Amino acid sequence: MAVAVAEGSVPIANPRRKSRTAGLYPSWFYLPAAIIFAVLFMLPTFASLFFSLTRWTLQKADFIGLENFAQFFREPFLFQGLVNTLIYGVVTSGLKVVLGMLLALLLTSDIFGRGYLRAVVFFPVLVSTVGVGITFTAMMHPTQGLINETLASIGIKGPGWLTDPRFALYSVALVDVWKGVGLATVIYIAGIVSIPLEYYEAAKIDGATPWQRFWTVTLPLVHPATATVIILSFIGGLRSFDMIWAMTKGGPGFTSDVIASVIYKQYQAGFYGLSTAGNVVLFIMVALIIVPLSMLLNRQETDR
Amino acid sequence: MLMRNLTRAALATTGIVVIMAGAASAQDKVKVTFLFDNAPSTVAMAEALAAAFEAKNPNIDIETESRPGGADGDNLIKTRLATGEMSDVFLYNAGSLFQAINPVQNLVDVTDEPFQANVIDSFKATVTGTDGRVYGAPIGTAMGGGMLYNIPIYKELGLSVPKSWAEFMANNEKIKAAGKTAVIQTFGETWTSQLFVLGDFYNVQAAVPTFAADYTAGKAKYATTPAAMKGFERQEEVFKAGYLNEDFAAATFPDGVTKIATGEGAHYPMLSFAVSNIKELAPEHINDVGFFAIPGDDAASNGLTTWMPAGLYIPKTSKHPDEAKAFVAFVASIEGCDVQTQSAGATGPYLVKDCTLPADVPPVVSDLLPYFQEGGHSAPALEYLSPIKGPALEQITVEVGSGIRSAADGAALYDEDVKKQAQQLGLPGW
Repeated sequence: MAVAVAEGSVPIANPRRKSRTAGLYPSWFYLPAAIIFAVLFMLPTFASLFFSLTRWTLQKADFIGLENFAQFFREPFLFQGLVNTLIYGVVTSGLKVVLGMLLALLLTSDIFGRGYLRAVVFFPVLVSTVGVGITFTAMMHPTQGLINETLASIGIKGPGWLTDPRFALYSVALVDVWKGVGLATVIYIAGIVSIPLEYYEAAKIDGATPWQRFWTVTLPLVHPATATVIILSFIGGLRSFDMIWAMTKGGPGFTSDVIASVIYKQYQAGFYGLSTAGNVVLFIMVALIIVPLSMLLNRQETDR
Repeated sequence: MLMRNLTRAALATTGIVVIMAGAASAQDKVKVTFLFDNAPSTVAMAEALAAAFEAKNPNIDIETESRPGGADGDNLIKTRLATGEMSDVFLYNAGSLFQAINPVQNLVDVTDEPFQANVIDSFKATVTGTDGRVYGAPIGTAMGGGMLYNIPIYKELGLSVPKSWAEFMANNEKIKAAGKTAVIQTFGETWTSQLFVLGDFYNVQAAVPTFAADYTAGKAKYATTPAAMKGFERQEEVFKAGYLNEDFAAATFPDGVTKIATGEGAHYPMLSFAVSNIKELAPEHINDVGFFAIPGDDAASNGLTTWMPAGLYIPKTSKHPDEAKAFVAFVASIEGCDVQTQSAGATGPYLVKDCTLPADVPPVVSDLLPYFQEGGHSAPALEYLSPIKGPALEQITVEVGSGIRSAADGAALYDEDVKKQAQQLGLPGW
């Protein structure tokens, strides 16, 4: 994809620190990084802004103004794709927060084989997304898949996980959660172990139940980890493409299409200008959602 | 990729051996690269053609490479042409997909090559650019888009080959009543879902003879032409009647081929080239599968929608155009046809003059041939008469064929898709 999607928004640098570091290195010291940044990041970004305004065949580009954007928003499945993208982002990041937190609580307790279990939870993160997608596609086959055959052996007729338009998107989202929850868990583990034990001791002396200790000590103090998990997994969910493409290719029909898969299909069909316009739209949409969300979560942190 | 790497490894090894022997003859060979899709029948055919050509031309080395088919393949071809990295010879569809790769700008003009004298004119028309020049030569055979049917089921239930849609649906009803799957669909591979629409074009043209021209000019639409809309409606009708196999939404093309060959289903709407896949997946059942054209309203005007074979093209960026032309000439010769028949089997009529088929062809092919013969009823598919084919048709037909979207909606959506493609091609009137 031509436009790189911002990976987490970095808070604006403190102006005081900027002046402090200004004279630290000679200007030429910044040159290599500046060149790399200009050639590999700025140039493609501006080029893609230009090409999104053209009808582009890779060999020639005719300027057509905002026609691509108009066309992109006329795509009958685009609105469905937008809704699906939001559903996918909310479902995956929501489940990763809840499950990641629960798993982290389990894995910071005095459980037997803790190091091994932590590794097991993290393993799916290391496996290739496409590999996971293909494996689960086979397991979710409506008649010959492992899941439905197991259900059939106890007398339940399982649905077409990936072939029924009502379930396809959620099935993919669940697999995405299985694959990605390990990362959320690791972030939460780090957050939980950094909470000083004194808080728990004080709460215990005050007679707090385990339930109260979780709600009043762990949850508020693990807030930075929650903010990180939400931002990372929500961005991941919004621009997610590989898992959906490996499992359903947006199908059946267009029912599990997300913005990224709609864009890819335009590219595949040779509508290069149109797909570049789609990427610009995706970039703007992710920025519009993530920047306020990030500011909100960071403000809560500093208010505390 | 694998093929190229293997070939490279093989070449490297040969190189070492040659150097050790103190000779350098490997260096004198001209290397011509050849790109084709990775369908097993194409690979077998392409490798056999390369080997036969090398045997006759010891100074030329054909380096073969396979690529994905379908939309991924389209993408790869366009990108490699645009970046100037295309193989010296490549195999790609004729008709509308050929038009979409900008032939006038990208390909070597082969109009005046001597081998064109052997090529049948109806094929030339489908590889002619907007400048009226010919840019390719045929590889493989012509095909029909219609219905594969299981002969043992037809015998068992005493059915006869339908000539009209009503007869076809009556057959389906009997097959369903006998507890069998009447129609196989394989939406796990979306391209297989398009036959009810694309294969109905003979009937569209019979009803509206000017449809192709009006459609190209942006005047005729699927949604507003009742005859063209029928393909979508029939796909919907078959689904609604409950004739499909249980796993239609996930089954793949090889599943469909196996099902039709082994009698797990009675009809499979498909291109006749599937006969080569039957030969590969269920060779003992090759004589159990027959073929008929998709029936229209009227039994009297029944006819077949035909598909042209793929073409071989040479990009302008080729460093060895003369050797590449020699290879293309070999493929488009009687000798080339015979090599293809031996390696991939007889799948239909060739588009090279005087090429013949063996006497004992499978039933699919013998059912197919009468449509092509003089006095037979056949017409090329729309993609050979018009440069426009909308890229989203396969997703739309999956939706219509699985009851997600109505036929009328599907046709209207396809009209939008077609408009996009026409604009990208820069056609007038859009």
